[in-house]
Amino acid sequence: MSEFRYLQHAMPYLPKDGCSGKLIVIEGTDGVGRSTQTVLLKEWLEVQGYAVLDTGWTRSKLVGQAITDAKQGHSMNRLTYCLMYATDLADRMEYQIIPALRSGFVVLADRYIYTAIARGIARGAERAWLKDLYGFAVAPDLVFYLHVGVLDLVPRVLAAGKMNYWESGMDMNYGDDLYDSFVAYQGELIDQFNAMADEFGFVTLDGRQDPDDIQRQLRRAVGDYLTGTNGSATTGVAPSLRAT
Amino acid sequence: MDSLTQPHNFPGKLIIVEGIDGSGKSTQLQLAKRYLEAKGLKPFFTEWNSAELVKAVTKKGKKKMALTPMTFSLLAATDFAARLTHNILPPLKAGMIVLADRYAYTAFARDVVRGCDRNWVRQVYQFAPRPDRAFYFQVPIDVSVSRILSGRAQLKDYEAGMDLNLADDIVESFKIFQGRILNEYAKIAQEYGLTQIDATHNIGDQQAIVRQYIDETLADYNPPEQPQSTEEAAA
Repeated sequence: MSEFRYLQHAMPYLPKDGCSGKLIVIEGTDGVGRSTQTVLLKEWLEVQGYAVLDTGWTRSKLVGQAITDAKQGHSMNRLTYCLMYATDLADRMEYQIIPALRSGFVVLADRYIYTAIARGIARGAERAWLKDLYGFAVAPDLVFYLHVGVLDLVPRVLAAGKMNYWESGMDMNYGDDLYDSFVAYQGELIDQFNAMADEFGFVTLDGRQDPDDIQRQLRRAVGDYLTGTNGSATTGVAPSLRAT
Repeated sequence: MDSLTQPHNFPGKLIIVEGIDGSGKSTQLQLAKRYLEAKGLKPFFTEWNSAELVKAVTKKGKKKMALTPMTFSLLAATDFAARLTHNILPPLKAGMIVLADRYAYTAFARDVVRGCDRNWVRQVYQFAPRPDRAFYFQVPIDVSVSRILSGRAQLKDYEAGMDLNLADDIVESFKIFQGRILNEYAKIAQEYGLTQIDATHNIGDQQAIVRQYIDETLADYNPPEQPQSTEEAAA
């Protein structure tokens, strides 16, 4: 058991003691293969005997659907965009993340506040304000950042289907067409992620590598962390069973 | 970003009212609106909790009692941000007078009583411009309760702070909850220099004072030029 650590202000009513789980975040821009890696990591952790809760943006019961709906129209602006996402995290924090951490789960977050901060800055919100806004968030134990340059990203996104209106930042008039806008917007996001990597102690992985190689590195780092800190292992799984 | 502690640079004027339920603030703001209209001005009026974006979500969350102090606060902030961007900033930038029934101070009082961090709530609202005049209608809790119970059908759960388990009885809960909000308002009035009006006085007397303050606030105000008719433009 250890104390809950929050990024800035613990809400006075949120729990301070009794955190027996770990919060692990996988960050990276759109199309970098983050979600695939998260799914594989979850499966692997469960095989190792860890109970895992996976969570990601717009998955709150309260506003997840409302954000999705709002993105169909033009009812969101810079401020409401940031605040709706903050509401989504707050709801997940209190109903999913904190209860899971109290119960000794490994919480695997497919993106976290860093995505929200990068997107907010790309939409013209102030960095200091965004950091204050997300001050209620539980501080993660590990943050992995899958890094690629914007020009490496373009072919992957095109291969996966097509460029998406929001992932291209078209709401911000970054460029005349989807391609120009995508390059400018995702480039801005990547710059913001790079700037946060040092400040928040990201473990940066080269996202251009083969997905299997990335997964191996994730497993090794997470496995070492969880066993090294004697985290929340519920079974005595032999280290030899861990994939390398 | 605009800050609540710095005067804004827009040509319009922002006048807001604050106070607990039953303080009579909305009545006073309506009368102030009439006063301004009679002077030939065209004030814009806006009230709390009116943006479409989060209306349905808030309603659903309240019905299921699923809102936590933080999500309650953030939804209200989203609503405020939508209202600010759509209803307050455009007329303010266009040089109009904007009248707002409740402002960020409502959140500072209510959300802190619900359990949110005092500094955090203030930081969240850093984007709000400072009003040119902020009235706080101060009323003892008993006066407010009797006004509300005589005038309205029923107290609502969140309005009475029933989510905080202060008391089983809704009227009792309302009294405790609004009493705590009054304490917060007292601090806020000091901190942000709100203009305090004794809301136990009769309506006309209060309005006379309100109008004096409004005249003071508008002393350096220049209404935007009316579009000229074609004849005048030709002449």
